[in-house]
Amino acid sequence: MAKNIEAIDVNVYYSSFLAVEDINMEIEPNAVTAFIGPSGCGKTTFLRTMNRMIETIPGGRVEGQLMMNGENTLAAGVDPVAVRRDVGMVFQRPNPFPTMSIFDNVVAGLKLNGERNKSTLAEVAERALRSANLWEEVKDRLDRPGAGLSGGQQQRLCIARAIAVSPDVILMDEPCSALDPISTLAIEDLITELKTEYTVVIVTHNMQQASRVSDTTAFFNIAGVGQPGQLIEMGPTQKIFSNPDEPATEDYISGRFG
Amino acid sequence: MTAFYPPDTKPSQKSRSTGRGGDRAVAFLTSSAGIAIIVTVVLVGVFLLWQAIPSVMADQVSFLFSREWDVSDTDDLRFGILDLLYTTVLSSVFAMALAVPVAIGIALYITQYAPLKLAKPVAYVVDLLAAVPSIIFGLWGIIVLAPVIQPVATFLNSTLGWFPLFGDGIKSPGTVFTAGVVLAIMILPIITAISREVVDQTPLLNKEAALALGATKWEAIKMVVLPFGKPGIISASMLGLGRALGETIAVMIILSKPAPNADFNPSLFAGGETFASKIANNAAEFDSPEKTGAYIAAGLVLFILTFVVNAIARWVINRRKEYSE
Repeated sequence: MAKNIEAIDVNVYYSSFLAVEDINMEIEPNAVTAFIGPSGCGKTTFLRTMNRMIETIPGGRVEGQLMMNGENTLAAGVDPVAVRRDVGMVFQRPNPFPTMSIFDNVVAGLKLNGERNKSTLAEVAERALRSANLWEEVKDRLDRPGAGLSGGQQQRLCIARAIAVSPDVILMDEPCSALDPISTLAIEDLITELKTEYTVVIVTHNMQQASRVSDTTAFFNIAGVGQPGQLIEMGPTQKIFSNPDEPATEDYISGRFG
Repeated sequence: MTAFYPPDTKPSQKSRSTGRGGDRAVAFLTSSAGIAIIVTVVLVGVFLLWQAIPSVMADQVSFLFSREWDVSDTDDLRFGILDLLYTTVLSSVFAMALAVPVAIGIALYITQYAPLKLAKPVAYVVDLLAAVPSIIFGLWGIIVLAPVIQPVATFLNSTLGWFPLFGDGIKSPGTVFTAGVVLAIMILPIITAISREVVDQTPLLNKEAALALGATKWEAIKMVVLPFGKPGIISASMLGLGRALGETIAVMIILSKPAPNADFNPSLFAGGETFASKIANNAAEFDSPEKTGAYIAAGLVLFILTFVVNAIARWVINRRKEYSE
């Protein structure tokens, strides 16, 4: 079930360095939200607080509240591992497990959750691969290594792996930056389809991509090197790209900096 | 070829020949190094065969299946390697069984769990173990370690004594058990060092994939780190095994030689001789080509054994090659 996300006064630190400052935003369910902004502005850092991956980095630490359907996933008693089971992630570079077959890659998350029933696994694998628009290409070689696929196929395999566990939210960290234009198009189509079932948040450096796939756009920026990243403006994608409120947003999307 | 370059831009013969001269020299040096190692291995094999065959032909008992070893009468050579093979394999496999889990544990601790400040010193101390000469390991093993692990041996013998491997042995501390424990410590550094290296190469991207799926740290290690490191850990273990099979001095000091014609005892708590310790123990006897040949034949079997171990390791690693990028 797609969940609504609300960030309240979120600050992210790497040890004592404040990387992202005072994020307040609301992310709609069943919609694609794009994070844009220059490098180092904290988009990815903030994305990674949403599945608490930030805490796997030595020194990574978060303050504030991140509500998912009203529950604070940053609260003291919440297990980061449990959060990650509900919040899937797709990374910048395709990263299928190199030692696993295509099939085992897709069901890796299910197996973690203790699912052992072969027919259930097969069923879910097919459904996930179909949703990821990969089924037709790999159905005859599910037992082959996942690393043997092309880059675009690998990324769709990673998306299948993320949705196989039926998460509530899917985070995508520049999912197309390592792909060719045709694979990019395939992933973008897929992103649009995914929002019918999930809350999708995507970090992208590609302005056209943000305007093509997202419903809402959030613009992040930094005041300078060593300064924390901040959320400058957030709104419907059309408005951000045609008539933003902030001059900094206008400068960025029109290519004047960044 | 010449048509490729427009006439006026063709590189001058001089500069080309300099470059090629350097290439030729390096190519010659590297290929001679490569060929030299092959030739050396072949020559060692040929030497062993050439020295061993006459004695094995003159052997009055089965070379492979006899337990006898009496080469004092050169006209009546009676030698078989069965006991040597058993003790060699038993002590080495036992050492592996002890060392590999510990080595993997240390490698995982250093690369995955230890805080950076601690990881380096721990790795350094393990490496330092490799610098201890084997004679020291032998002395320490028999004098210091053997009494300390004696209670363990007694316990295993009294609880699992019905199993031949843990059956009654000898009173002296010079058992295969002691030798195996010392061998385990001796091969620990090499297995740890290589396992640590390969495990450390696990792409962060893959570890993150597992964590992002909701894996705990240990689950991520099981899903990603260990499968990724597996071929390397296997080769590391085989290198360790190879070292254990051939270890001479430490084993020679520790193992009690059984009395001639003693009954075969499969127990870890019995004494015995390995190929290497047998040869070293009897180095004084190499006074005739017939006797020498008998020992060289034993050495040849050791040579083949390590070869087979390495071949198996290669095979295991190659079987899953397509899965390891």
